[in-house]
Parts: sequence; structure tokens; C-alpha cells
Amino acid sequence: MSSTSNTPTHHTSTIGAIGAPSRRNTELALLVFAVVIPVFAYANVGLAIDGSVPAGLLGYGLGLGLLAGIAHLVVRKFAAYADPLLLPLATLLNGLGLVVIWRLDQSKLLQSLRGFSPAAPRQLLYTAFGIALFAAVLFFLKDHRVLQRYTYISMFGALILLILPLIPGLGANLYGAKIWIRIPGLGSLQPGEFAKIVLAVFFAGYLMVKRDALALASRRFMGLYLPRGRDLGPILVVWAISILILVFETDLGTSLLFFGMFVIMLYVATERTSWIVFGLLMSAVGAVGVASFEPHIQTRVRAWLDPMREYQLSRQVTHDGILHSDQLQQSLWAFGSGGTLGTGWGQGHSDLIKFAANSDFVLATFGEELGLAGIMAILLVYGLIVERGVRTALAARDPFGKLLAVGLSGAFALQVFVVAGGVMGLIPLTGMTMPFLASGGSSVLANWALIAILIRISDTARRPAPAPAANPDAEMTQVVRPS
Amino acid sequence: MSELTLTVMRLGFLAVLWLFVIVAVQVIRSDLFGTRVTQRGARREAARPQQAARQQAAPPQQRGQQGGGRRGRNAPTKLVVSEGTLTGTTVALQGQTITLGRAHDSTIVLDDDYASSRHARIYPDRDGQWIVEDLGSTNGTYLDRSRLTTPTPIPLGSPIRIGKTVIELRK
Repeated sequence: MSSTSNTPTHHTSTIGAIGAPSRRNTELALLVFAVVIPVFAYANVGLAIDGSVPAGLLGYGLGLGLLAGIAHLVVRKFAAYADPLLLPLATLLNGLGLVVIWRLDQSKLLQSLRGFSPAAPRQLLYTAFGIALFAAVLFFLKDHRVLQRYTYISMFGALILLILPLIPGLGANLYGAKIWIRIPGLGSLQPGEFAKIVLAVFFAGYLMVKRDALALASRRFMGLYLPRGRDLGPILVVWAISILILVFETDLGTSLLFFGMFVIMLYVATERTSWIVFGLLMSAVGAVGVASFEPHIQTRVRAWLDPMREYQLSRQVTHDGILHSDQLQQSLWAFGSGGTLGTGWGQGHSDLIKFAANSDFVLATFGEELGLAGIMAILLVYGLIVERGVRTALAARDPFGKLLAVGLSGAFALQVFVVAGGVMGLIPLTGMTMPFLASGGSSVLANWALIAILIRISDTARRPAPAPAANPDAEMTQVVRPS
Repeated sequence: MSELTLTVMRLGFLAVLWLFVIVAVQVIRSDLFGTRVTQRGARREAARPQQAARQQAAPPQQRGQQGGGRRGRNAPTKLVVSEGTLTGTTVALQGQTITLGRAHDSTIVLDDDYASSRHARIYPDRDGQWIVEDLGSTNGTYLDRSRLTTPTPIPLGSPIRIGKTVIELRK
């Protein structure tokens, strides 16, 4: 690292940060790439289904390109030193999401379902709102440390967002989970998606202050640091809240996401593995406990344990009063028929999933039409977003920014895991949606805001430090000489 | 659409998708920003004439900035690590607080089993005098031979010992 002092000539070395270039042009080049790929996919779908390039190609291509261009200009203006990858990666996922939603809109089977309406134009509109929110966050949030002032306000904000769906008249029980609220004239919204960000702000602010107490005061037992009883308070409270979410909103995903995010941030803040052990134990106990009496969760678990049986039961007339769903089996078949290289855009049959094919199960269409090769690339793109988030956390100089970046990217990663694991039959299905890919306004809006905050933190972290002021003393001591 | 065209497009799309991922990873590779180590021993001689020239030009405006006058003469300008794994490292003293310890966010990260994660800090007081303060470390911070109990002013050139590392302030 530095020179040895054994040599008679005394070498000294200075350690300083490399001035990171702003890399905005790299971002622009990647962004063009990230817009071209979905346009290619769009043309491909049209050629496969109708044998002609779809008429809306120019509209979607220009729309996506314009939105990406605006986002790029906003980053160039307000966050010049931000990470060059976050925006192109998110744009690629959002663009591919638009294509796959449009592709499912073309399915005759889905069109024949009751209540069908084309989701792609709506999704493009949500994307525009998402980019507007992205720009607004970068414009108004000049320094992420401002959020630290609102630590406890965020806690209340997040709790209110989480409770909203339970308020009679406002909350809507759609498809078994109570995670929506209905806003007259605007449609429905999932406040949980936004609560994810607000809660990360609270956890970061709280843990920054309390981490020393949580890390240092502990006993060592069998290689694990056991925290004192009273330090277990916060994790117990968060656990209780996530259990309450599970019981009252019957949504495993939201519950897992919040508890998981807290455990990740607690681990990062304190560097104690014991918190992970506690977290895993507590979530296992909670999930098993609630699953033993909550019918909606039981349905999900049954479908997870034996999807084929559920598929057969859904074909028969059963009198047990339980909703049997063939979705998971259809999803697994979709993945399976995709094979390694997939069937090609527009040539799969993932529309057999019918309900929620373009939201919760959107990954199945990718799995069938792009195959293992495609789904790995998609998951890698998600992985890269998370990697850039964690990298941002490493580079950030303030502990609050570090924790916030870790929390947000951890929540993002957890959400991807929970959804992908759900549709692939690794864990029971949850009501969460794939960030950026799935059809749904709240998800797109919230995730663009999340990316904006990560870009803000990475801009602060990578901005070269201002040149140090010349030290007057250094010169002054050498000036004096006999005259 | 012919089967062949569609197959070519299908494989072409996967290739393009993977190309994007590979390009993104390349960007990350070229983006690994770490620290830059500049060797200064060899170049010091060469730099001296320029420095002398600058000094002659500097005095008029420099004197105006000098407030107290007392601290100017003996103020240290850099912190030098003289023993331990980081030997030879210097940190310019510019009025900022310097933290020492094993924690990754310390100014000087000590890779030393005898150092605590937040071991000590060195900061200027209001008169510009540099002070060293032990932050409740396990094995203590020593100035010369004595273990620190309170924040103590650092005389120029006195060794401060933290575990196996010795640092001192120099002009």
C-alpha cells in the first residue's frame, strides 16, 4: 500500500481519492442501448403475432425514448456525478415491461376475459408519471441528509400508509389481499410500495443514532453476540407490526419485505450476525404461526406445496368453499416450455395464466418467451441495480446515506426475490409485483422514486471533494528569512 | 413471417440483451474508484525550485489572512505515520478532524489487532492547536510514554502510539 521506511531515503506517499469523472456520456450511450432493446422486442412481437411491424412502434419507441431523455437531462442537471448505470438499467426493465404488457394485450384469450382493457397505454402513462416523480425527487431533494430530519415523521408516515388499506371505505379487498386503497376517479393504489421508501428513511435515521447501543452492548454465547433483552425492543416491535400486516392485510410479501429490510439494515448498522439469525427465526415463527389460522395464506401455501393438485381441483367443481387457483401450475409450465432459449417473443402461451398474467406473473412470460437465457439476463439486470445501490452505500461518506442506500437496495432485492421465488414455486406466492416489469401504477411510481433517491446519494458520494483551501500557515512558516 | 426470420430474431434479441448486461459490467469495471497513491519521495527535489518561486510571490496576500500570528510559526501541516503497516502515509492537516481506528469510515483506517474500531481522533481547537483525544479505546492511546486520559495538545514531533502504529505531526 505504501512505501517501506527501511530505505534510507524517506519516501512518503499521499492517499487521495481519484477524481471520478461524471460519466454522463456513458450513461447516455447505455440509455440509447436500453431504449433500442425494447423497441427491437416490440417489433419482434408484432412480427411474430401479425407478421408485420406494429403500428404503434414509433409511438412507444418515441415515448420511451423521450421519457428516458428527460430523465437523463434531469440527472445531468441536478446530479451530474451520479452512478451511470442506475438510470439505464431501470429504463431497460421499464421498457421491457411495457413490451411484455403490450404483448399480453394482444392475446385473444386475455381479451376474451371479463373486464379486459389494454394495459400498455396505461402503463406508458404511469411510466411518464414515474419519470416525473423521478425528476421531482432529484429537483427537490438536493441533499439526501435532509431526510434525516424527518426520521420520526417518516415512521408515522409509513405507519399511516400501511394502515390506509384497512380503513373501511378507503381500503379495497382485491383478490384476497387488503393492500390497495381506492381513490375515487383515479383507480386503486398500493400504499405499501411507497411505505417501503418512507420506512427505509426511518430505519436509516433511527439505526444511525442507535447502532452503537445495539452493536456494543452484548454478551458472547456460542460464537454469537447476544443482545441485551432491552435492545431486542426495536426488532420485536417491527416484527409485531409485520405480523399485524400479515394478519390484517393477509399479504405475505409486504410483511416479509418490511421485516427483511429492517433486519438487513440492522445487520449493516451493527455488523452483528446474530441479528440475522434472530430475524430468520422470528420471521419463520411468524409466518408459520399466521399460516396456521389465516385461510388466504393457507391457500397460497397449498398452491405452493402441490401446484398440480390445485390445478386439477381448479378444473373440477369442488364444494369445500376454497378458491383453487391454477395460476402457479400454469406459470411453472410457462417456465418449463420456455426451455433454454425460449419460444421467442409473442410465441408463448403464458396467457393461460389468465388473471394477473401481466402483473404478478409477468416473469412467467419472460421465462417462456426468452427462456432461461433471457430470464438470467433480466435477473442480472436486477442484480446490477442492487449492486450499484450497495456500491453507492460503500462510497457514501455519511452513515445516514450509507444505511438509506443499503435499505433501499435491500428492499429492492428482497422484492425481486419474493416475486421471482413466488412465480417459480420456491416460496409461497405473495401479492407483490416485479419492480418496473409488472403492470401497475404504484409499483412503477415508487420504484422510480427509489432509483431517484439512490441516484441522489450516489451523486453526493461520487462528487469530487472541493479543492482544499490553501493553508496559509504552510507558506507563512517558510517566508521568514533573515533580511 | 418465416420460421427462420423469427428464430434469428429470437437469438438476436437474447444476444443483444446479454450484450447490454456485458456492457454494463464493463462500465462497472472501468468505474471502480478506489484511492490513488502518489509517491512523493522522488519528486520532492524536483519540486523545490518551483516552491521557492511561489513563496516569493505569496507573502503579500498571505500576511493579510494571518489572524493571530502566534500559531503560524509552529503549526504542523501534516500527519505522518512513522511506524506500523501504514508507514510513510501522510495526511495533510487542513483544519479537519482526523479519526483513527479500524472502522472503515475512519480517516486513517488502522489494520491493527490492538486498535479499536473508533480509537482516537485528532482535531484543532479554537486556537488552531492540534489535540489528540482517545475515544475510549481498549488498549489506549499513548503520547510519548504516557497513556492519554483527557484530550491533550500535541507537541510537534511527539510520537502518538496506537497499537503498533506510531504517528506524529510534522511541519
